[in-house]
Amino acid sequence: MARMTMIEAIRDAHAVAMERDSDVVVLGEDVGYFGGVFRCTAGLQKRFGVERCFDTPISELGIVGTAIGMAAYGLKPIAEIQFADYMYPGYDQIVSEAARLRYRSAGEFTCPMVIRMPTGGGIFGAQTHSQSPEALFTHVAGLKTVVPSNPREAKGLLLAAIADPDPVIFLEPKRLYNGPFDGHFDRPSVPWSKHEAGDVEPGYYEVPLGKAAVVREGSAATLITYGTMVHVALAAVAESGTDVEVIDLRTLLPLDLETITASVRKTGRCIVLHEATLTSGYGAEVTALVQRECFYSLEAPVLRVAGWDTPYPHAQEWDYFPGPERVRRAIDKVMEAE
Amino acid sequence: MAARKTTKNPNVSAEEMLGYYRDMLLIRRFEEKAGQLYGMGLIGGFCHLYIGQEAVVVGLEAAAEEGDKRITSYRDHGHMLACGMDAGGVMAELTGREGGYSKGKGGSMHMFSKEKHFYGGHGIVAAQVPLGAGLAFADRYKDNGRVTFTYFGDGAANQGQVYESFNMAALWKLPVIFVIENNQYAMGTAQKRSTSTEEIHKRGEAFGIPGELVDGMNVLAVKEAGEKAVAHCRAGNGPYILEVKTYRYRGHSMSDPAKYRTREEVQKMREERDPIEQVRAMLLTGKHATEDQLKEIDKEIKEIVNASAEFAKESPEPDVSELWTDIYAEAPAA
Ligand SMILES: Cc1ncc(C[n+]2csc(CCOP(=O)(O)OP(=O)(O)O)c2C)c(N)n1
Ligand SMILES: [Mg+2]
Repeated sequence: MARMTMIEAIRDAHAVAMERDSDVVVLGEDVGYFGGVFRCTAGLQKRFGVERCFDTPISELGIVGTAIGMAAYGLKPIAEIQFADYMYPGYDQIVSEAARLRYRSAGEFTCPMVIRMPTGGGIFGAQTHSQSPEALFTHVAGLKTVVPSNPREAKGLLLAAIADPDPVIFLEPKRLYNGPFDGHFDRPSVPWSKHEAGDVEPGYYEVPLGKAAVVREGSAATLITYGTMVHVALAAVAESGTDVEVIDLRTLLPLDLETITASVRKTGRCIVLHEATLTSGYGAEVTALVQRECFYSLEAPVLRVAGWDTPYPHAQEWDYFPGPERVRRAIDKVMEAE
Repeated sequence: MAARKTTKNPNVSAEEMLGYYRDMLLIRRFEEKAGQLYGMGLIGGFCHLYIGQEAVVVGLEAAAEEGDKRITSYRDHGHMLACGMDAGGVMAELTGREGGYSKGKGGSMHMFSKEKHFYGGHGIVAAQVPLGAGLAFADRYKDNGRVTFTYFGDGAANQGQVYESFNMAALWKLPVIFVIENNQYAMGTAQKRSTSTEEIHKRGEAFGIPGELVDGMNVLAVKEAGEKAVAHCRAGNGPYILEVKTYRYRGHSMSDPAKYRTREEVQKMREERDPIEQVRAMLLTGKHATEDQLKEIDKEIKEIVNASAEFAKESPEPDVSELWTDIYAEAPAA
């Protein structure tokens, strides 16, 4: 067992997958020679050669499109989009080609690929380096969407994504790369070396897609979230003094509805939390499902805490970010309702 | 000062040369100051410095006329200073303050000025290129004789939308100058590792767009090429491509491990090709300026830059209510 950052764990997952399967190739801007802007692919080119880990031009459409071709032929490409915000030129390929190839060919051709992208804010990246576009993927039938929240699971989820027979969008919360950021931006940051989820097993293991984790058991309310917000939620719950159960979805699609409903039927109260903007965000989907599945157990309206419906601001990053304070207020509110 | 012609370049007066010296030095000192403020934690996030590339934008601005437009990428501070935008307003945007050109909403990569016909600062690589073609379309539509300088990098030159823009610009004979600022690296990727041809300026040939390679460390060479391109566009001949070979001395952004090139390579450029030193040497050896005159300019620029930093520190943080403004014409009901 080794203590790793999320960056190291993701790098390790790549290496393990490439070692096991010679059809796995890694491509993206600066991923080869340079090792990735966040260093997630550092050393892979040296170890596996330029044929298997290589730089692309700045050409997101080209990266995604060629990876789809490779996958249809039987390779297992892992494509890195440097920031999720740069994905849009490749979005047409993701939606019209990757997600639809299996359906359109009646199962004859498939697209077993992973598209990795760092997501979320908290680094003063302003509107073009901070977005959380997960709902743009979960809205598309044919794609799976994964968001890890710690190093150990990031490795296992990435290995499961690589093994999956369908295209998987793998969103890496960049604010979690180096430590479990809990939204208290004005406090010293905690590194993964001080967190038990930084313990990463060597070798191959999978964390199955479509399975959520209860990261804190509680009886008063259920807080459903994923990615960076898992740590924000845990901090807010600790500070609120309310016995809230916290669920880390890990995979947004397919969604683990069973874990969610079991929890909400137990607690009767529910909050959904994400960093992405509120309107038509992923939380709307979860809220609708909770309402349908748990209607007779609910003692209060389901609340959503999310980023404001604005572009991600530059100077006012922390006014935008749904930090522990906003989550605490929601906990108080959901507990108030009779 | 009398408009004496310099010996080497009969088309440029000593006064103009001093102007280029001043404009390039302003960019350099401004960027050095921005780097310092970043180090002090007053600027956060991304910040792409233009140091080393000053001759590109100053040379092209020398070829521009009032009403011409410019649009560029995130490495935009130099372009703004060169077209006459206020140093304080730029620096205050870097620090995310109310007094910044975008009131702290844009940051280093996203600023604009209608007054100076500066259409941004764009953070998405190559996204500004079709916009530049659209600006030129509007000029052609209005038949006003204006041209648009559309700047992008060697790395950006591999995005598909660049070639869609080339085709449209050629098809519709748009008065747009595509300026490829080839500083030879796209982040950590050297040109040869990402780009199929060495000569990016020839990529317009297939569209019938003339292209030219220019020494971007020499402000006079840039100006001359710019004038030729501008004349081509104003005469209604459609777009023109300038591939301006240049070099950035600093890292891509502020956190750059600089492992993709040697220190010697950077050092050699600075020592042998520096655009500001070249003009300085021309001015002094041609006796078009004295050391004292240049010192006077240095001093004046230092004052401008220091004042901009002061303004950027003093200007207040934007009010929380600003979160909700400028999303739609009318602010949404909270
Ligand atoms: C669509 C998109 N992809 C990737 C990036 C990340 N990125 C920012 S700058 C850059 C390199 C661009 O290089 P170049 O065009 O040569 O301009 P330079 O930085 O050298 O001025 C990259 C890859 C981005 N901002 N947008
Ligand atoms: Mg470049």
